[in-house]
Amino acid sequence: MMADIDDLPVNPDLSDETFDGEYTIVIEGLVNRFGDFAVHENLDLKVKRGEILGVVGGSGTGKSVLMRSIIGLQIPDEGTIEVLGKDIRAKEDDDEIGLRNRWGVLFQGGALFSTLTVGENVQVPLKQFYPELSQQLLDEIAGYKTVLSGLPAETASKYPSELSGGMKKRAGLARALALDPELLFLDEPTAGLDPIGAAKFDELLRELADTLELTVFLITHDLDTLHAICDRVAVLADKQVIAVGPIEELMESDHPWIQEYFNGPRGRVAHAGSQRPKGAGASAKTTGPAKAIDKPAAGGA
Amino acid sequence: MREWADYTIEEAGGRTTLVVTGPLLVSTIGKLDAALRTVEGPVQFVDISKAAPIDTVGAWVIHRFAEEQQAEVLGASEQAEILIDTVTGSASAEPISPVLDRLITRVPEQVGTFVTGAVHEGKHNLGFLGAVIMAFAGVIRHPSRFRLRAVVHQMELVGVTSLPIIGLMSFLIGIVIAQQGAVQLAQFGAETLTVNLVGRITLRELGVLMTAIMVAGRSGSAFAAQLGTMKLTEEIDAMRTIGVSPMEALVVPRILAAVIMMPLLGFYSACMGILGGAVLADVSLGIPFLTFLSRIQEVVPVYDFYVGMAKAPVFGLIVAMAGCYQGLRVEGNAEEVGTRTTKAVVQAIFMVIVLDAFFAIFFTKIGWA
Repeated sequence: MMADIDDLPVNPDLSDETFDGEYTIVIEGLVNRFGDFAVHENLDLKVKRGEILGVVGGSGTGKSVLMRSIIGLQIPDEGTIEVLGKDIRAKEDDDEIGLRNRWGVLFQGGALFSTLTVGENVQVPLKQFYPELSQQLLDEIAGYKTVLSGLPAETASKYPSELSGGMKKRAGLARALALDPELLFLDEPTAGLDPIGAAKFDELLRELADTLELTVFLITHDLDTLHAICDRVAVLADKQVIAVGPIEELMESDHPWIQEYFNGPRGRVAHAGSQRPKGAGASAKTTGPAKAIDKPAAGGA
Repeated sequence: MREWADYTIEEAGGRTTLVVTGPLLVSTIGKLDAALRTVEGPVQFVDISKAAPIDTVGAWVIHRFAEEQQAEVLGASEQAEILIDTVTGSASAEPISPVLDRLITRVPEQVGTFVTGAVHEGKHNLGFLGAVIMAFAGVIRHPSRFRLRAVVHQMELVGVTSLPIIGLMSFLIGIVIAQQGAVQLAQFGAETLTVNLVGRITLRELGVLMTAIMVAGRSGSAFAAQLGTMKLTEEIDAMRTIGVSPMEALVVPRILAAVIMMPLLGFYSACMGILGGAVLADVSLGIPFLTFLSRIQEVVPVYDFYVGMAKAPVFGLIVAMAGCYQGLRVEGNAEEVGTRTTKAVVQAIFMVIVLDAFFAIFFTKIGWA
């Protein structure tokens, strides 16, 4: 009934396994050094399946380095990192890990390919992994992913240099979501956005995470984001993850940095703001984690 | 191999149902999508109760087909329904790439753009020359704003660090000229005139010309890339807001360094060329090394040296101006840095060669033949 296209070249990095473990990311004893300076020392972290994990920490505590280690851009000096049940460290930088079609990454500046339009940017990973998709379908996918990421439809044919900072982030998100990944890495997605734009981005993220059942690793400085959409928050300090838990629990902690961070003047304002009634995104949050872990399909339904 | 999504058509009671099976994921949907686009309707129902799991691409393919056929989707799981709703709400028919005009209108349009662009570029070039002169005037009026350290630093980058490569290049060119010249001159039994050939051509023409080309490739491109990147990262805007003139802080030192270093490098290059010729003459023509050098003194008129040295600062100015000008014209994205850098080098070398031709005629006419 169908044309035989089994002999198409298949990207060797392609993986069609499914993952059912409880923890999407498991990091144990991670050590990252730059020269003599250790950024991470015996860092442990587990990211649960289906949760939005916020990662916070002062400047220079190695949040981005941690993310780069997880996605295989930075080879750690010691320790093990398992993503979706596979060991990242077993492979070199650009070798196939069999994971790259299962995660999406949004870099700090968007990192869009500047010579391609937004729509073409979205199509790059699709073409890379699934050469069998027709151009017509690719165009349709690029179209709806652009809109899904909160951009006006006509943005699809614009070049990154024609976009504002916030739009670049959304376009970056559209590309990160191109492959319908299970796992999403976001490096400061709301930094540099105006409060309205940031709030919309938060809402969008929560919605997408719920509809698409994403596990999200979210680096942020934005206290509002932490309160609004994160199921759990991991705090990086002293070269380790010093605490992981729902934000209410962390606020009880007596670690001085955590106290200052969450109960400082800005933290209190954000916390007060999060107490106000909010939209569907926030209501899903309170019940989100437990449901998401037991039965991801139910998350945010 | 992957398990592809597939479909069967069931007909019952005059109604056609398309039953989809298999995983509806981006990784498994390729064949199904291609096949569904060729299905002849009408189809009343699409049954996806046997299809799982599903992602947004799968949802999109089902949604698109159902909409095209005006069919109803049956048996969608809760998750499938959410995903279909999501993609339905996000559907977009906007083009992905900028729409290209038809060739017949595009060609004249591009020719027009090119012509007006060239005119603009000419104006801008002239404007830039004016700005450079104003910047120099400003520095002269306020000597305290002169950045000696920057000039010295650029002189090191343009001059000192290029000594090895220019030296080697000139030495080899000297050898080539001596070798090729000797072969031709031998036909008239005039091998000894190789000395004249090497001495005059290196001092008068090639030393400075080759140096200018090398400096354009090394430093002109570096100027364009540096300034272009600074423009992209808003460094230049930051300078302006602090009250530092980028022309004075960035352009003047670079141009000054190139203008000062070019004669020195050109003379150095000529000397190395003569050395190369002398070495070859010693080895294969039987003219002793020192004899070659002393003959140079006798046969090369001193105005050849002046001709070379008069051209050198002008070439330096052109190379540095082209680099700085193109660098400051960078706008938009990283690709622009590349195009502008290329333009800077091509423009500089082209202008240098054109001017060299003018100089050649000029100096001959005034009697320095």
